[in-house]
Amino acid sequence: MKELFINSYCHIKNNRIFVDGKLLYSDKVADSLSLFAKSGYRYIKPSYNKFFKMDEISKLGFLAAEVLLSGVNLTVYNEEDIAVILSNSHSTLVTDLNHQLTIDDYNNFFPSPSLFVYTLPNIMIGEISIRHKLRGENAFFIVENFKADIITNHINSLYLAHKANAFVGGWVNQSENDYEAFLYWVSNEGNILHNAFEINKLYNLIY
Amino acid sequence: MVYFRSDNIISSLGFGTEENFFSMVSGEVGIKTIVDQKYYPKAFPASMIDEERLNKEFQIIADQYSNNNSYTKLEKMIIVSVNDALSLTDIEIHSSRTAIILSTTKGNINLVSNENEETFEPERILLWKLGDIIQDFFGNPNKVIVVSNACISGALAINIAAMYIESEQFDNVIVTGGDLVTRFVVSGFMSFMSLSPTACKPFDKNRDGLSLGEAAGTVILSKHKNMHRQNIIFKGGATANDANHISGPSRKGDGSYIAIKKAIFQSNIKPEQIDHISSHGTATPYNDEMESISIDRHHLESVPVNSIKGYLGHTLGAAGIIETVILLEEMRQNILLKTAGFEELGISHPINIINHTFNMEINTCLKMASGFGGSNAALIISKV
Repeated sequence: MKELFINSYCHIKNNRIFVDGKLLYSDKVADSLSLFAKSGYRYIKPSYNKFFKMDEISKLGFLAAEVLLSGVNLTVYNEEDIAVILSNSHSTLVTDLNHQLTIDDYNNFFPSPSLFVYTLPNIMIGEISIRHKLRGENAFFIVENFKADIITNHINSLYLAHKANAFVGGWVNQSENDYEAFLYWVSNEGNILHNAFEINKLYNLIY
Repeated sequence: MVYFRSDNIISSLGFGTEENFFSMVSGEVGIKTIVDQKYYPKAFPASMIDEERLNKEFQIIADQYSNNNSYTKLEKMIIVSVNDALSLTDIEIHSSRTAIILSTTKGNINLVSNENEETFEPERILLWKLGDIIQDFFGNPNKVIVVSNACISGALAINIAAMYIESEQFDNVIVTGGDLVTRFVVSGFMSFMSLSPTACKPFDKNRDGLSLGEAAGTVILSKHKNMHRQNIIFKGGATANDANHISGPSRKGDGSYIAIKKAIFQSNIKPEQIDHISSHGTATPYNDEMESISIDRHHLESVPVNSIKGYLGHTLGAAGIIETVILLEEMRQNILLKTAGFEELGISHPINIINHTFNMEINTCLKMASGFGGSNAALIISKV
C-alpha cells in the first residue's frame, strides 16, 4: 500500500488564520471567538448561510475546514472514502454552559433545540461533512491536550483496513477563554510523512 | 480474531447482563414516570438507576480497592460496570497490554447545575478527566481513550477496540460507557419535542418520540477466546456520515446504508448470512423510518429486527454498548427479544419487527446505530 502523507494544513489561533504555516488572515480587533468567526467568514466568503446558525466551535471548525479543503480536489475521491477524525479537550463546554443558562431557573426557562443540538462535539463533523459532501468514517476523541498519536493511529488503522483513503484530521477546541483549530489533510499525496512526530511538529509551528 | 470475552449492563433493570436480559425476557420495562423538579418541571418517562443499590455496590468495590475518594454517580456506574465485567475474566487490568476505551456523550454534565449536594473540582466535567478517574481507580497503565460521537459513541468505541486488537496494539480492550438522565439532556430533548409522553414505541404506528434512560455498560474484547462458554467474535464494523442534516437522519438512510455496506464488506460475509438485527430504534418518527429504508435497501426486510430502547430508553453514550451486550446474550441464549412498546408496524418499508420473544438459533448479527451530526455505525458479530 502507498504511504500516507500530509499535503496541506491549517491553523486558526489568536485571531489569525494560517495555511501551510503561512499567515492568510489576521484580525487585530476581534476580542472573542464569536467576533473573529464573523470577520474570518467575511474574509473567506464561503456564501453559506447555515454558518450563522452554528455555535462558535462549529464555526471555528467550519472555517478551518473551508480554508484547508479549498486547495484540495475532493472530486478525485469517493465521498464514502473520505473520513473526518477530530479531537479536543473541552468537548462543547462553552455551548453546554450556554444551554445550561436556559434551564437553570424554571421561572426563566427557555431551552432551545437549535442550541441544544450543538452540545455534542461531533456536530462539527456533521457540519463539515454537509458542506463538503463527505460520507466516510467519523470519530471524535477527547484528550487533555493535543496529542497526534490517537488520531494518527486511528487514521492509519482505517487506511490499512481499506475503510478510507483520504482524511481530515485534527483538533478544534474552545475553552471559556481561548480557542484553537489545527486541521490537516491526509492522502496518498504530499511531502510530509503522516506520523505523530511530524504532526506534533506541524501543530507546534504556530503559537 | 477478536473475541467478546465478558460484559455487563448497569441499568434500571439490573446490575449485570443476565439480570437485565432475563428481566427483558419476562417483559419487564424499566421506563417509569419520573416526577422530580431536579430533572424537569413536568412529569416525564425515563429509565433511572436505583441510586441506593448503586451506592451499596460501589462501596463494596471501593473497599476492595481501599479507595476513599468521592465519586460522581456516573463514575460509580462505570466503575461498578467495569468491575463486574472484569471479575468474570482473568484479564490483568494492570497490564500495559490492556486498554480502556470510554464512550460518553455528556459525562458528568450534571455537575454544571448549581443544585448538586456534593461539589467536585470544575475539571471533573471534562470528558478526558472522566477517563483519568476510571484509569486511576483501576490502576491501568494506559490513558483511557475517550470517544464522544453522539449516539453512535458506543458502537464506534467497540469498533475502535477491535481495530486495536486486530493491529496487535493491545491484547484486551475494555470498552465501557455511560450517560445520565439530567436536566441538561431532558430539557434539550423536550425542546426538540422528541420525548414521548409515554414509554417509547419503536417502529410502532403510534410512536411519538424517544424515552431517555441512564445506564453504564461494558464489553471486553480480547485476542484470547473464552474457555468456558460460546465464543462470539467481532467480524467487522464501519461508520459513515449522512452529509445531510445535523439533527435529522437522511430520508434515504444514506449514512446507515453505507455503514452497513462497509461493515458487511469488512466482515467478509454475505448479507443473507445476517439472521438478526439489533436496530438503533429510538422510536422517533424519522429515525425508525430511516432505519427501515436502510434495512430494506440491503434486502434484509425479512430478518428479525428488534430495538432495546422500549426497555431501557435511549441511554446515549451507553446505548451502543448495552445494546451490543443484549445482542451477545441473545446469541448465547438463542432467544430473540421482542421490541417492547411495539404493536403495529408504522413504517413505509415493511421490515420484520419482533413482536414476541421467541427461541431461534442465531449466528451472525448486525448492530445498527445512528445519531446527531449525521453519524451512523454498523457492527457485524458472529458465533464461531
